[in-house]
Amino acid sequence: MLKLKKDVVVLALAMGCAAAPLSDAWAAEKLKFAFLAALTGPQSGIVGQPGVNAAQMIIEAIDQGTLPAPYAGKKGFGSQEAELMPVDEALPPAQVATEVRDTIERNHVDAIVGSMNSGTCLAFLPVVEELKTLTVLSTCGTPRVFEEGNMQYVFRTSSNATADGITAARYLTRRMPDLKSFGGLNPNYAFGQDSWRDFSLAMKAFRPDLQPTTNYTPNYQSFQYSAEISSMLTEKPQAAFSSFFATEIEAFVAQMAPRKLNESTKLIFSTGETIMYKMGERLPDGVIIGARGPYGVFARPTALGKWFKDNYVARFKSQPVYTAYHAAQAILALKIAYDKAAAAAPGQAPNTDAVITAMKGIEYEAFGTTVRLSRSGGHQAANEGAMGVYKFDKATGMPTVTDVEYYAADCINPPDGTKAVDWLTAGLPGAKCN
Amino acid sequence: MPMPRSTGWLIVIVFGGVALGGLGLPAWMISVGLSAMSQGIVVLGLVVLMRAGLISFGQGLYFGLGGYAVGVLSLEFGITDAFLRVIAAALAAAAVGLLLGCLLRRYRGIFFAMLSLAFSMIFYGLLVKNQNLGSTDGFRVLASTFAGRPPTGGANQLWLFLFACLLSAVCALAVHRYFRSTLGWLATAIRDNETRVEYLGCSVNAAVHLKLVLCSALAGIGGALSAMTVGHIDPAITYWTTSGELVFVAILGGAGSVFAPFLGALVFQVVHTLALAMLPHAWHVILGGVLLASILFMPDGLWSAIARRRERSHG
Amino acid sequence: MAISLTILMDGLIYAAWLFVVALGMTLIFGVMRILNVAHGSFYAFGAYTMATLLNLITGAGLPFAYGFLAIPLAALAVGGGLGTMMETGVLRWLHGRDEVAAALATFALFLILEDMVPLIWGLDAIPTYQIYGVLGTTDIGGMIFNNYELSFILLAIVVGAITWWGLRHTRQGKIVLAVIHDPEAAQAFGINVRRVFPTVFAIGGVLGALAGAYSAPMITVYPGIGVEAVILAFAVVVIGGLGSVPGAMIGALAVGLARAVAVHLLPQVELFVIYSVMTLVLLFRPSGLFAKPVARRI
Repeated sequence: MLKLKKDVVVLALAMGCAAAPLSDAWAAEKLKFAFLAALTGPQSGIVGQPGVNAAQMIIEAIDQGTLPAPYAGKKGFGSQEAELMPVDEALPPAQVATEVRDTIERNHVDAIVGSMNSGTCLAFLPVVEELKTLTVLSTCGTPRVFEEGNMQYVFRTSSNATADGITAARYLTRRMPDLKSFGGLNPNYAFGQDSWRDFSLAMKAFRPDLQPTTNYTPNYQSFQYSAEISSMLTEKPQAAFSSFFATEIEAFVAQMAPRKLNESTKLIFSTGETIMYKMGERLPDGVIIGARGPYGVFARPTALGKWFKDNYVARFKSQPVYTAYHAAQAILALKIAYDKAAAAAPGQAPNTDAVITAMKGIEYEAFGTTVRLSRSGGHQAANEGAMGVYKFDKATGMPTVTDVEYYAADCINPPDGTKAVDWLTAGLPGAKCN
Repeated sequence: MPMPRSTGWLIVIVFGGVALGGLGLPAWMISVGLSAMSQGIVVLGLVVLMRAGLISFGQGLYFGLGGYAVGVLSLEFGITDAFLRVIAAALAAAAVGLLLGCLLRRYRGIFFAMLSLAFSMIFYGLLVKNQNLGSTDGFRVLASTFAGRPPTGGANQLWLFLFACLLSAVCALAVHRYFRSTLGWLATAIRDNETRVEYLGCSVNAAVHLKLVLCSALAGIGGALSAMTVGHIDPAITYWTTSGELVFVAILGGAGSVFAPFLGALVFQVVHTLALAMLPHAWHVILGGVLLASILFMPDGLWSAIARRRERSHG
Repeated sequence: MAISLTILMDGLIYAAWLFVVALGMTLIFGVMRILNVAHGSFYAFGAYTMATLLNLITGAGLPFAYGFLAIPLAALAVGGGLGTMMETGVLRWLHGRDEVAAALATFALFLILEDMVPLIWGLDAIPTYQIYGVLGTTDIGGMIFNNYELSFILLAIVVGAITWWGLRHTRQGKIVLAVIHDPEAAQAFGINVRRVFPTVFAIGGVLGALAGAYSAPMITVYPGIGVEAVILAFAVVVIGGLGSVPGAMIGALAVGLARAVAVHLLPQVELFVIYSVMTLVLLFRPSGLFAKPVARRI
């Protein structure tokens, strides 16, 4: 009996020793930002790593004070430097929540930034609220983030994904005014279901005379689309909306192109921009693509945007996709808020509450467009949207877009306080388009 | 000293000690302990099956049912009491275990494992299709209350930790008692030779059915605790990878004692946390390496090392 | 009429793919009693190796058609190399342990190899599309099919036939069949069962890698492609009866055709197809379609 207890004690000590190096006391000179992105698995290369790259690059530029105007000469976050701690997001949502809790409790990070998978953020939001940790979501697009509760510590610097469905519906109805039929191809998980819901509701508002044909729901990352393609070739909808993501688009297009589905059906990929540089000539001209806002190839031509793109390409030898822009503008929001909070109370490092007060409702020029935190009490951005037609420029060997159209923020985002689905069902009342 | 009685007391002492220790532990250790106990309770159920030679690759079904029972209770009825939540989760999981047990009890070996897997994947599919429950995104689970009172001042995790210690002790005691009953002793006999058990006048299928209900209820309790700890529930909890992870923890701990599942789960959670922090880009390598080493070098699980010393000290 | 022909073709293409993926797994299980989760690693490494070789071949200025050489080369290299390493390095030490321990060991190998892929090849997808279009297309009943996808049916027939013939008509094959049927009896007749294992594991690995290499141009390769393949292969193998080659074929056909029907007529249920088929089969045939009866121990 005694012996046994001793065993338990030995075991507990062993566990304690194994765990000891975990609890390193963090020297509090530098700010520490945890950055959530897929670091393993299928999405790591196409959307995860670009986000980490961009966040790293912007933090370094801010630390060294090398950002161009209008942020030139202002070094650091307030006066502090920051460092980035990448955290893998390619886990089941509940495990991401546990991981975020561990990151905050053990590493005492100053903020959580990033998160790109639709929905993973929903899982860890209760954790950051409970632990009172400033969180800036860069992408994670589900409208439920601010619709299901009052968030004190959470900000999101990109529009929610509903805006993409509306953008696509507006673009499609404008480009094809005599549209006769449309269908869908949306993978069987929350982002796919929500995207189709938003798009089809918006279409119902703009073209009440049309009934959608079949919405195909292949399994998440099944990569076997031969049967779906056959069925679409039989049904021949004039247009089809797809929220396929990254590698899924690549596999689908590879399988669709030889069978010329794009000749009978106008294809719309709401996140097609992620894959265009990888696919180049293999992505057929004429496909409609989006980038979850005016990012990447749709970025507004500003000096700040050019600086971002040139530096990114020079350093990482690839074109920045929208997750990189999203990540960069989330870090920039932190800088602006820290600067503002530090200016309000000079001589001391701003605490979380001061940074949150400073961040509410800011409007700032970012790398793709102007970000306005104008929704949900100044926590949620409503930014403009963009869409265009893909074209591979044979002369330069570069993928481009033509017929780009921009949509004002109030044209595609629900008014403050209105739930996305309610707004769509009501027929988008009060939408202000230019 | 006769062992049966002392093991019962040891359960009370160990989990009581853990609970007391919890008052002084840093927050992140509380979190790891909570995850380990939720997982440990589920694995305890797997050990009940393992003793009869059955492995379930679909335990995620009952784990998920427990979690979703808790989630739906707060979503639809606003019930947040921790005790009610756990009871409802256990009942829901046990009910489904009872129902599916009518089919599963006839199966053995790999086919038992795969049919369990099929059921859990169909449940996963139903959850993914259900947009009201948030599909793959899942939904939030409100914080627990204890006898009508919400924990104050951010003490939520600590209260849950104490609650988890209590639950773990109760479950461990119950399973310990079961192991010492006639039906419990029958497990080894079933694993070794079913025909002989039948000749003894016992119904093997009925005994297996009871084990299924027991292990489903335990998985439901673990799922409830997990949902309350995380504050969120989503279908990934029912996916085959979760079930595979649970089997792994069962093998890692071993089937030698009711403590083994908790030990296995604690080691697993620590390794998982460490691996994610040390190699965020390649943490599967560490996890897989530890798994491989444990299978190669500790064939009877972590507990065997302790059990061997225990034998020596009593021998 | 046209639609049922299309459904049949779609079903056959998918079934052929499933069969090629599942064949190696059922063979390994039949002989070694190991449910090989690392089959997914063979698939992934096969695809990646093929991609590397393909880019070497096309990079050297050779016509795309030579790219097809990359497929068998990659399959042999990965199956032989990785398969032998796994067998001698790990699985050999687990002889005599129960099936679950062996399956979990392969699960561990799968996890390790999963993260080795980005360490070797990087996070970015590797282009493998070059040979995907060179076979052209065929019009079947008014529907255009890619010949590369159709060639999966041919591949399945060829690989299935070779395996079948090899098992029935070569000395080694007959030994393997004897071991599948009854390891103890085979041993009693003087067969060194353990010496069969490395060969069979390598052959299973070659088949898994072949499936990955052949699929690569269709899906392009990126980290994590093995996960889905392995669970589908499991299901097919269980439906057919573990260790049975004809069973794997029937299982693949059942799942492939059921899925094609679902996609065309009721796309909402696609998610449930494979597990529903598996549940139905197991309910009526508790050991799969082609399982041999097991004697009761008294």
